This record gives sequence, C-alpha cells and structure tokens, in this order.
Amino acid sequence: MTDTGPILEMRGITKTFPGVKALQDVTMTVARGEVHAVCGENGAGKSTLMKVLSGVYPHGSYDGDIVFEGDPCRFRSIRDSEERGIVIIHQELALSPYLSIAENIFLGNERSKRGVINWTATNTQAAGLLARVGLDEHPDTKIIDLGVGKQQLVEIAKALSKRVKLLILDEPTAALNGADSAHLLDLIRQLKEQGITSIIISHKLNEIAEIADTTTIIRDGRCIETLDMHGAEAVSEDRIIRSMVGRDLAHRFPEHTPKIGAEILRVEGWTVHHPIDRSRVVVDGAGLSVRAGEIVGLAGLMGAGRTELAMSIFGHSYGSSISGQLFLHGEPVTIRTVDAAIGHGIAYATEDRKHYGLNLIEDIKRNTSAAKLQRISRFGVVDAADEITAADRYRREMRTKAESVDVLTGKLSGGNQQKVVLSKWLFAEPEVLILDEPTRGIDVGAKYEIYEIVNRLADSGKAVLVISSELPELLGVCDRIYAMSQGRITGELPRAEATQEGLMRLMTMQKSGAPQ
Amino acid sequence: MSAPADPPPGNTSGTLTAYLGQNLRQYGMMAALVVIVVLFQFTTGGKLLYPNNIAALIQQNAYVLILAIGMVMVIVAGHIDLSVGSVVAFLGGLCALMISDYDVPWLLAVLISIVLGGVVGCWQGFWIAYAGIPAFIVTLGGMLLFRGLAIVLVGTTVAGLPAGFNDISNGSLPSALGFLADLDGLTLLIGIVAIAGLAVSQIRARRSLLRNNLRVEPFPAFVIKLVVSAAAIAYITYLLAKSAGGTPIVLIIVALLVLLYTFIMNNTVFGRHIYAMGGNLPAAVLSGVKTKRVNFMIFVNMGLLAGVAAVVTTSRAGAAVAAAGQNFELDAIAAAFIGGTAVSGGIGKVTGAIIGAFIMGVLNMGLSIMNVDPAWQMAVKGLVLIIAVAFDILNKRRGK
Repeated sequence: MTDTGPILEMRGITKTFPGVKALQDVTMTVARGEVHAVCGENGAGKSTLMKVLSGVYPHGSYDGDIVFEGDPCRFRSIRDSEERGIVIIHQELALSPYLSIAENIFLGNERSKRGVINWTATNTQAAGLLARVGLDEHPDTKIIDLGVGKQQLVEIAKALSKRVKLLILDEPTAALNGADSAHLLDLIRQLKEQGITSIIISHKLNEIAEIADTTTIIRDGRCIETLDMHGAEAVSEDRIIRSMVGRDLAHRFPEHTPKIGAEILRVEGWTVHHPIDRSRVVVDGAGLSVRAGEIVGLAGLMGAGRTELAMSIFGHSYGSSISGQLFLHGEPVTIRTVDAAIGHGIAYATEDRKHYGLNLIEDIKRNTSAAKLQRISRFGVVDAADEITAADRYRREMRTKAESVDVLTGKLSGGNQQKVVLSKWLFAEPEVLILDEPTRGIDVGAKYEIYEIVNRLADSGKAVLVISSELPELLGVCDRIYAMSQGRITGELPRAEATQEGLMRLMTMQKSGAPQ
Repeated sequence: MSAPADPPPGNTSGTLTAYLGQNLRQYGMMAALVVIVVLFQFTTGGKLLYPNNIAALIQQNAYVLILAIGMVMVIVAGHIDLSVGSVVAFLGGLCALMISDYDVPWLLAVLISIVLGGVVGCWQGFWIAYAGIPAFIVTLGGMLLFRGLAIVLVGTTVAGLPAGFNDISNGSLPSALGFLADLDGLTLLIGIVAIAGLAVSQIRARRSLLRNNLRVEPFPAFVIKLVVSAAAIAYITYLLAKSAGGTPIVLIIVALLVLLYTFIMNNTVFGRHIYAMGGNLPAAVLSGVKTKRVNFMIFVNMGLLAGVAAVVTTSRAGAAVAAAGQNFELDAIAAAFIGGTAVSGGIGKVTGAIIGAFIMGVLNMGLSIMNVDPAWQMAVKGLVLIIAVAFDILNKRRGK
C-alpha cells in the first residue's frame, strides 16, 4: 500500500530560532518517483526545511510531522534519516579533499571486516557507482584533482551507496558550468527512471521548468503554493517569480527625499577571479557608479557575485587577477590594500558581522576605533580618553543598547552588533560606504533604525551602496538599484521603475549562449 | 544631537561578590600565588620569605619574567615561539665572546647582543610573516638552529667576564642613601615611590572611567585591591631593604620592561593590532590592519627581549654556557598560559604573565628549599600548568 502513496509528507512544520520564525506551518507532499523543486528567495526557509527533513535539526526542535513511506519519522540526526534512505547533498560539498573517490564514497560506511578495510570491495563497488553516475574517473583519484562538477557526481555516487530513496540537492548547479549542469540534470532524470525521488532546491528557474514535475514555492517561511508543472496550464518562469516575491510590503521604511550630488565612486569593466580556482570568473565586467547623497542598491541571488564585487573594490580583499578601473571623483585610482581603501575613504561593512566584522572578545570602544586608530593616536600611542569619547558619541548617535562602551560586542544582540559595525565604519570617516546585508538577522524594529541611519549618512553627503537579498528593502531604501546575475550586472533601474518582479527577472537572467 | 535620556549606566556594577565572581580568573591567579607562597612558608619553616631568598627569587627568575612578556604578545597574536631558549644560549655566547675574546667593553657588548636579538627576530619574522610558514615550524627550526650555533660558538663554556657585567644579575643598587636601622634607604625610597605611583595611577584611571560613565569596579573592591597591592609592595620592599644587597639591579630592569610593555599592549596602535589579530583575524584584515608587518614586528620584539634575557642569564651564571636557556621557552609559554593568556589568542596581559612567571618561580624556589628532587619539581610544574588552563576553560564554559 505504501507503494502507491506519496513517499514523503511534511505536515505543519514550524521551526523557530530565537527571535525569528523560520518556518511556519509548512506542509509539503512529495510523490513517489518525481522530481520536486523547491523555490524561494534567499532566507525564505528552503534550507531550514531541508535540514528539518534530514535530521540536522533533530525531532523535538520543531513542531509538525514527517511521514516517510507511510511511517511517521522522528529523526534525531542525519544518520537516522540516511538509514531510511533520505540523503541530502549540501551546496558546499562535504568531501574530504585528500582522500580518494572510493574512500569518500564509503566514508563513515566503510567496506570492512572487523575494522580492517576491504580495498577490493571498496574499489570495485565504487567503480560500479561511478559508472551509474556517468563519471569516468578511477576510484583511486583524489577529490582535490576533480573539478566541482565531478565532485558533485561523487556526492551523488556516495548517496547511491547508501541506497538512497529520496535525494535532496541544495543548489546543485550553482557552482557548475553549462555542460556540467546539463549532465547533472540528465543524471537526475536517469535516477528518476530508476525510481529515485529527488527534491531539488534551485534559483535557476529555467532548469526547474526543464526538469521538475512539481514545484513548491516558499516565501517568508510559509508554503505559498505547489504547482503541477505538467498541468493543463503551462507554468512560466514569470509565474514562479510572482509567487516567490508576491508579498505585500509589510515592512515600513522611513520617508526620505534624496539630495543627490556629484558622482563619487565609479567602477568600470571590473572582473574578478576566484581566489583559489583562478580560472573561474566570479565578477564579470561589472560596472556601476554611486553619487554623493545617493543610496544605490545591489540586488542578486546567492552566488551572483555581489559580496565578491564589493570586497574586491574594498582594497582587493577578495579574489585574484582583478582587472578593471576604479574612479573616485572622476579620477582613476588603484587601491590594492584594505588600508589604502580606508585611506581613500571607502568603507565596507560585511554581511557576516561575527566572522568578518567584529572582534567579539573585545569591547565596543575598541571595535569602534579599530579601522582608524590613527584618528585618535599620536606617534602610535592611542589616546584612551579620546577613544572613549568618540565611541560613546557613536553609541548615542546609533542608540546602541549597551550600558557602556566597555561591554564586549559578543554580548550584544544582532541589531546592536550591527550598530557597532556601522559605528566602526563611520568612525573611519568614509565617503563611500558599502553595506553588505545591513539588516540580516535583525528584528523589524532595529531594521527601521538602521534604515534611518542609512538615510542620515546619505544626507550627510556620503555615497552609499547597499547589498541586500530582501527586495522590499532595496525598493524601500534605495534611489537606484543594480541587479546582478552570474557575476554580471544585468540591469539598472531607478526607484520609480523598479518592481520586485522586474528585479527578480534581472536577477535570474542566465548568461546567453554567446561565445566566451 | 545625542539623547541624554538614558540613565548613567551602572557605575557600581553589582555587589562585591558578584564582581569577584565575574573576575574570578583575574584574581584567581593572584590568589593562587598567595596560597602557594603561604604554603611554602609553612613547608620550608619560614625560609621562603627570608630577605635574601626574595632577592634571589627575582634574580633567578628574571629570564622567565622577561621572556614571558614577549611570549604573551606572540601568543595573543595567535602564534608560539619555541626558539627562545636556544636564542638565549646563542646570544649569550656571542655576548661573552665579544667581551672575553674581542675586548669589547661590556656595556657595548650588551647593546650589540640585544640588537642581534632583533636580527634573529627579523630572520624568524620574515619566514612567519612574509613567507607564511607557521610560527610553530619556524621556531622549532630556530630552536635547533640556534642551539647548534650556540654549541659551535661557545664550545662548552666562556668564562672570565668582568665584575660590572656580572653585577647585572647578581648585584644590587648601591646603598647611596645609607641605612635606616638595618634597612637600606634607597630600597625604601624606591618602595615608597612605587606605592605612590600605583595609588596615583589607579585613582586617576578610576576617575577617568567615572567621568566617561564607564563601568568601574565597586568602590570597596577598588580600595581593597589598592590596599592589598600597596601592602604587598611594602612587605617586599621591607624584605629587600633587609636583604644583604638591597634592591637587585635586575629588578629595576624587569620593572621598567613590565611598565613599558603594559603601556605598549594597552595604549599603542601596535598593541591594539595584536589583540585585534588574535581576536578575529579576518575582521582585523578587513579593518586595514597590516597583518604581515605586525607579525614581523612581534617576532623582532621577541628577539630583542631574548637578547635582554641572554644578557641577564649570562651575567647570572658569570659565564656563557652552550647548554644555557634549556627549556626557557617552555617556562615562558607556561607563565603566559598560567597568567591567563588564551590558548586561541586574542586575550592576555603582560601583568598576568608576570604573575604566572612568579608562580613558577615560587614553585621552583620553594621546592628547592624543601630539597625536592628536580625531576619531581618538573612534574609539579607540569601539573600546575594543566590545572591553571583547565581552570580557565572550565570557568569560561560555566560562564556561558
């Protein structure tokens, strides 16, 4: 009887993190032997849902039921879900680079007898699995010698070795080129014929249209709708986009009339390669400009190259073989170090406060002054009183909620940490301020305060570039918005003409088949 | 502009006990030092605190105190230096050879040795900062390299050094002010200046914090701390004034270094950059810290201090010995960790390392007076190190 029913039902899944409802009453049914796509904006809750399903978030840490092949399941770890045949392949591949393909396939699941590895079984079985996924490599080959596309196939071979019934792929083609992507989609189709069900999370709507039988759309932690891709009514990419973004602007944004002056920052033909894989182009001939008093948005999905563009402008702090020209006030400049970038009045407030923005074991005042200690020091000696005064001024201006500037930043809430990051960069007295995801992980009230600060900065004549995954935020705050996709600037819209649908279309624009 | 609405935040942050609870680590090691001193005072039948033993304690452990200062900086930045013991032997050998074989005036030889320490630091700093080789590897190599060079240079021993040079670590300041009863006048004056300096600087620091609405320790804690520190200095001054020589010269050297480096770590851009790099390296890079240059300077500085330690060690022995400085790196690393330096970097104080070094020193001296086998002394020191760091980590975990 279970052979005819759905392979998986998730009912009323609700998952909360401190302060955030990541998933709210999500119900999703996956039919046996189908390819089921899950779509949504960054942060919509797709990955959280998959982590609930695969036991990364154990039973009890969420509400709702998971029914797999007719049995209610209570997975406490990934091992539990794998035993039932649910295997997840994450966006960041989890292979050990210096081990061979065969060793990776059977890692944690070794072909062995009393703790001694049976190498013959390991290698022959691995070879069989590699043939199934169409990877023509010897099982002895080290992972580090394979490209990302082939590594992806090793992951799938590893999943097959665990007798997978339901394969979950999180953005499987995000890092792949056209040929590798096509091969992977082909493989998913073959697996489907062999009776393996797949859930595929993807931003690439053309791929979804090509391969999916059903598409579930998630927005703001809720399941919006499930579309039958082979139904009477054809499902267009526009149809999916509308569903992904179609929320009313519940957030509120402060009123702001821009006072726009002369151009401060301009970037032309900016191309950046991946720091390790130097043949991979991460930013591809991008160009943009920001004027004094202007707030410019940069929209793009995960992996579009927004952060990479910003960090490479900020003193080449990301990437290799960077080419292109930077202009400040119309003058060409070359800025190769972060120190020089700060000296030229550029500031970059990172998207990842905890890892790249703050020293969490240090207090507010020392974090505030960190990017420009010269301002309060003489002959290399820091004036402690000046430092306290300055840090305290920014604490008050930003309304950072902390009893004094002596409090460790690790003890502050996300919103207040973000205010310290902003204090730090304002203390550096920049002309160009790049804010990468300035409101990520911050509650609604603090978001409003951050928007007000951004407006004040623009009004004081600074050029502000805001990178955000939240389209309503860009529409509510920016005077002009660029969209990026696959490393290229795919369009530029003034605020009056920008809509979520229009931006999403630019953000999902694929590289045309033009010769490279 | 600013909203003065928010009330002056908690100047008197909680009660005394709550305060002590929060600062358990800081005072824990000081308390441990006191406990160890008292314990040995009993087991040695009061011999530990004989005036001459106090002077000897400082003179025998001056090398750890000096090296621990540099080591704190290295460890806070997220590195380690295994080579300092060998570097001490190498530089000590050079210094003694300059004096005995080439008739270099001893004061000039001392200066050259310290500068050469800086050169050794440049060598190691280059590999670590610019070639990107882990400090563990570079200084492990340095440990072998400089030990080898020391043996080549010195053979076994270079002796016959001038009295002026030997006085650095064995002599005392002259009794220029005569005696008060049986107490050395100059030592008393130094003690009084030290207590006054401490009181003035502490009171000024507290005032400045209060003026800026920053958190200060509760008033009773402040007073108790000040009184206890003053009493401790007074007692040590009394003992030293009563000792055979008065104030050891090396105590003055160490005290000046401690003051200088406390200032560098707290009040200079260089010091800030060390803490920033150890606390969060990527964030420091994105704040424009020139990490390569800072790393380089940290090792140059360690080399300079190794030069000072080499002079002090050679002077103490009255001769350069190829086997000098054995395990000095481990003593310095242990002192830094016992003194609260974080294993993962980013946290650590010069004063903490000094307390750590004294704990090691008192253990050495107490166990020696008790005639404990050196093998057992080593075992005890090892256990103390593990317990101190375990205490630190458990304390942190409980705090979460």
